[in-house]
Amino acid sequence: MDRVPILKLGDILIISIQIDLDDQSVLALQEDLADAVVTHGARGVIIDITAVEIVDSFIGRMLSTIAATSRLLDAQTVVVGMRPAVAITLVELGLSLGGVRTALNLEKGIALLDHVRGATP
Amino acid sequence: MTADWELPIAGNADVVMVRQRVRSVAVEVGLSLIDQTKVVTAASELARNALVYAGGGLAKIEVVQNGARQGLRITFSDEGPGIPDIEQALTDGWTTGSGLGLGLSGSRRLVDEFDLISAPGKGTTVTVTKWAR
Repeated sequence: MDRVPILKLGDILIISIQIDLDDQSVLALQEDLADAVVTHGARGVIIDITAVEIVDSFIGRMLSTIAATSRLLDAQTVVVGMRPAVAITLVELGLSLGGVRTALNLEKGIALLDHVRGATP
Repeated sequence: MTADWELPIAGNADVVMVRQRVRSVAVEVGLSLIDQTKVVTAASELARNALVYAGGGLAKIEVVQNGARQGLRITFSDEGPGIPDIEQALTDGWTTGSGLGLGLSGSRRLVDEFDLISAPGKGTTVTVTKWAR
């Protein structure tokens, strides 16, 4: 099983998925991240999928689950770097990832988190 | 370029292997980046279905030809419990497992040809084809 490293930047946690994750590793990531949010008292989570070639229903559900779990733990999630082909495929698959915030890249994702937290201190 | 590949699906790592092999064959037959992404995503859904609902199966990947057009055909077969109501199984959001119910219906939208043969106790065979444009 592969484990994705979780990086901490201030009160934001950043994960960048660089490999083709099997389903077991996806579930492990969900749990690791929820633990890390609490351990570090994180207020934001950024998931970088720039290197991810496909998002199927399992990965899509992971993104929604992480966003919902983090929200319950008082952290906002932003998914960044989705490839255009991935976005088109997700919509056709029938998965619109409602409830998941997205930004085009890491920089915009951090700016979005700052803005969201500024609006609801 | 008529080589076939047969990949067993017996665990999570095999689903990853199927995705990777489908991707490399899709590139080889000249599918666009978007079509590659669609067919790999469909293959991922169908390989997972074979694993989750039937405990495993087989993925056969072929390069197919129709006149000047080249395509990619993948056949997923398993000897699982089969699908009693195919019409219902192809409905968005319908699932007997813990998934989202988009595997079959969603992957049908992502490919050009979709064929499902199944009966209770007889296993399931899903064949999908994507043509280069």
